[in-house]
Amino acid sequence: MTVLRETWIVFHRQMRLSLRNPMWSILMLSQPLMYLFLFGPLLKPLTAQISQGQATNAYQVFIPGLIVQLGMFGAMFVGFGLIAEYRAGVIEADRVTPASRMALMAGRVLRDVVVLVVQSILLLLAALPLGLRAPWGGVLLSLVIVALLGATFASLSYSVALITKSEDALAPLLNGIAMPLLLLSGILLPMQIGPTWLQRLSDISPLKHVVNGVRALFRGDISSSASLWGLFWVVLLTVIGLAVGARTFRKESA
Amino acid sequence: MMIEARGLVRTFKTKRGPVEAVQGVDLEVADGEIVGFLGPNGAGKTTTMRMLATLIKPTSGTATVAGCDLAKDPVGVRRGIGYVPQSGSTLPEAIAGDEVVDHARLYGVPKAKASADGQRLFEEFDLPGLWRRQCKTLSGGQRRRLDIVMGLIHDPKLIFLDEPTTGLDPQARANLWDHIRGLRDRGATIFLTTHYLDEADALCDRILVIDHGKIVASGTPENLKQQVSGDAVRLSLADTTQAPAVMKIVRELDGAVEVETDAEVVCFRIQRGGSVLPGLLRSIDAQGIELHGVEVHRPTLDDVFLTMTGRSLRDEAIAAPADEKEEAVA
Repeated sequence: MTVLRETWIVFHRQMRLSLRNPMWSILMLSQPLMYLFLFGPLLKPLTAQISQGQATNAYQVFIPGLIVQLGMFGAMFVGFGLIAEYRAGVIEADRVTPASRMALMAGRVLRDVVVLVVQSILLLLAALPLGLRAPWGGVLLSLVIVALLGATFASLSYSVALITKSEDALAPLLNGIAMPLLLLSGILLPMQIGPTWLQRLSDISPLKHVVNGVRALFRGDISSSASLWGLFWVVLLTVIGLAVGARTFRKESA
Repeated sequence: MMIEARGLVRTFKTKRGPVEAVQGVDLEVADGEIVGFLGPNGAGKTTTMRMLATLIKPTSGTATVAGCDLAKDPVGVRRGIGYVPQSGSTLPEAIAGDEVVDHARLYGVPKAKASADGQRLFEEFDLPGLWRRQCKTLSGGQRRRLDIVMGLIHDPKLIFLDEPTTGLDPQARANLWDHIRGLRDRGATIFLTTHYLDEADALCDRILVIDHGKIVASGTPENLKQQVSGDAVRLSLADTTQAPAVMKIVRELDGAVEVETDAEVVCFRIQRGGSVLPGLLRSIDAQGIELHGVEVHRPTLDDVFLTMTGRSLRDEAIAAPADEKEEAVA
């Protein structure tokens, strides 16, 4: 119970700080919105081809990719905020309190997840007038996946930030990881339309399976193998991400 | 005993190989004492303090801090101590009062009590009207006092202050010293690090001098200064040809050492220079030698450091860029 209370205190502080300076969250949202409005229309005439007849409109293919992208990139760079806090001495000040190390991380991750889910909902609402149609159940489950994905990448980002303690080291590292993850995930276009070798390569990336899962959920195939694999991978990633994060927060102190 | 440490060692892995930042420190701090850790940058002060505050694990050694075992009950230690780090403890964008209340709540202090205690401490530490201000709008001195409020908010028995006045202007330093002395009246025990001699001299009941990860001397400031070979006495001569005669008189004094002259001035060191002086002046006068002036300098902690390590602390402070935060690969 104490851990939950401490998590709440840390979350509350982080949330208040985010709300005081919402620019970051707004900027994070502007990127998927730009994809939605400036890139989405290009896909419309290609709907039948890229969804191989499975989807009725382009946004059913495209929006799942965008919310997964939001979950991943929105959370991936939260480590920078932690480095700013570290530099200001806040992490050290947190650590001399008897609060659980897990709570110090979980409170921050929770803030990131809440921000991501709100952003995803806004994105979905923006896509409605453009012709997005998807079943409620599938959309709700997709939001859960986005939340878990966000928790994973936020924990990993905090971990790396705590270990490197330097923006100069963190920036190239994150970008180096983000680029291949994005390209091999089929977020922008489904990998099925690519050549076989690229498809095989993308099979390695768990994110591709997550994106495919969310696409299946948006089509309403909740019990399809694609959506089950997507769920499986996202849960596995979350367990790994949180374990690594918790370990780092514990290890960096006595 | 508020702190009792035995054989504390901390080794850091660096790119150039392992570095022993702290090499077997034993120390004891009694309840209600203000104890200062004096040494140049990189001497191991901050590392030792961070070990005692549960922020890093000792490579070896044991310690009891605020009644709890450092290794077995770090949470108990954390409950009993307040730590004011050198780097600060608040986010520049955050509201000062919010930071204080949230910090207190992580110690389990209820929100309303944290807010009331925090505002009272703001008054006590000359921060009136700053409760709702962004931390970055505070002056350097105010931010240090805010850090101290953060460290005190759960009413700890033992307070660690890491270089409390580094980077402050002289007025803000003097003001902070008054506040630190005031902490003693709360019944708190204070353990601070500093590389300022005057600070250690002005604040501490007891000083531990640390160099290259080892404690090289400890005692009260007075006590330590007496370990130096006494006060420095300078006699300025009216007639430079009389220097040998004055040298002879000085050498006959009991306990006079380091007797030197450059013809115009005769210098030496002696314990309790002030009490030796009247007799000395009479002897000089009896031989018809005229003096231009007499000066007696009490030894400073810099002299102590020089005697203990063969190096001046002042030179070290300027020359040593080696910084204790070089612990990236801990």
